[in-house]
Amino acid sequence: MGKIKVVHYVNQFFAGIGGEEKADQVAFKQDGTMPIGAQLEKGMQAINPDVEFVGTIVCGDSYFNENLEKAKADILEMVKSYEPDLFIAGPAFNAGRYGVACGTITTEVQEQLGIPVLTGMYKENPGADMYKTKVYIVPTKDSAAGARDAIKKMAPLGVKLATGQEILASCIDNYMPNGIRKNFFETKRGSERAVEMMIKKLAGKEFVTEFPMPDFDRVDPNPAVKDMSKARIALVTSGGVVPKGNPDRIESSSASKYGEYSIAEFDDLTEATHETAHGGYDPVYCNQDSDRVLPVDVLREMEKAGRIGKLHEYFYTTTGNGTAVLNSVAFAKEFSQKLVAAGVDAVVLTST
Amino acid sequence: MVKEIERAGIPVVHICTVTPISMTVGANRIVPAIAIPHPLGNPALSMEEEKVIRRKIVETSLQALETEVDKQTIFEVKY
Repeated sequence: MGKIKVVHYVNQFFAGIGGEEKADQVAFKQDGTMPIGAQLEKGMQAINPDVEFVGTIVCGDSYFNENLEKAKADILEMVKSYEPDLFIAGPAFNAGRYGVACGTITTEVQEQLGIPVLTGMYKENPGADMYKTKVYIVPTKDSAAGARDAIKKMAPLGVKLATGQEILASCIDNYMPNGIRKNFFETKRGSERAVEMMIKKLAGKEFVTEFPMPDFDRVDPNPAVKDMSKARIALVTSGGVVPKGNPDRIESSSASKYGEYSIAEFDDLTEATHETAHGGYDPVYCNQDSDRVLPVDVLREMEKAGRIGKLHEYFYTTTGNGTAVLNSVAFAKEFSQKLVAAGVDAVVLTST
Repeated sequence: MVKEIERAGIPVVHICTVTPISMTVGANRIVPAIAIPHPLGNPALSMEEEKVIRRKIVETSLQALETEVDKQTIFEVKY
């Protein structure tokens, strides 16, 4: 096989032009490498001597982000002129605009030119969350002091991409998890790995969980309800309570929708009127008496007794079973606006 | 969902059985429930007895909504 041609993208800083004062540098190309590109080239050549960095494209971080469409179009033409086998941008470490530029331009090159691409940045660089599901991003340290480490990880993945080798799981080939599951055989069985993790944990050493929790953000609590006897209370559930027959066919798992149903006519939910659409838990108890999940009977009594002002006419429901966080966020965003518009003072949300 | 409701400016109480999940997700007012398939009921009891515990859980939830909190708080139900 002939030369493996690589084009590299760097910002004004890594091109040695200047710092922030030169961030409005218009994009230009130059044959050969810049210093960090030369290191990367060396790292890749150690694995495959046919690698050659044929050209470098330089663009100021502000210029790129402020002249997005023109910058993208111009840089695409520059990349095309070299007919490379691989396009690398960065690494950007924790430089925000540079990271976003690296993510944007690698995505663009991959989509428009069909060339494999690679970039690298710190996990908290905003470019990481924006582009890690679109292009291979190698996690790096947060400053250029981590360049050596970044190159050690980017070089082998770059060679693999440029030569069309199969890319293995993110924990093996060192890129940010992109949501694509790769199966592989562990050399040690689960019990052994679990015990090793526990021993490390007990010894206060670092260990890597095989089942990381998703990152959840936090919302500050709202003030308490001042006068419950005048408050309008709405019911919401992820327990899948629906009118008998599930008229909107809410899915038993991985719900793609939520339901909005009136309870104005009901003092009590019964086997004849309501059931659950939820899979994954034994539906018998909820199907017998949906008040066990959505306590309409008790709240109706409390409404009559003046403990609460009003039980809101509509309840909102979906199945929480395997439902994507993004979906449930979208559902709740939408019906919360309806609740606000209807003057609801507080919500009781039940989950199974 | 609990966070989006809170974000919209409406105080919300989360009644759920697995409170650690609710803590992880980020609910601010949390009331523990009976069991996953019947959070506000217990089929081993009579309908009347069930309603008594359901009333207690809902009452605790209303009290949670009436209480100012500045961090995630679990309100235990007194049976």
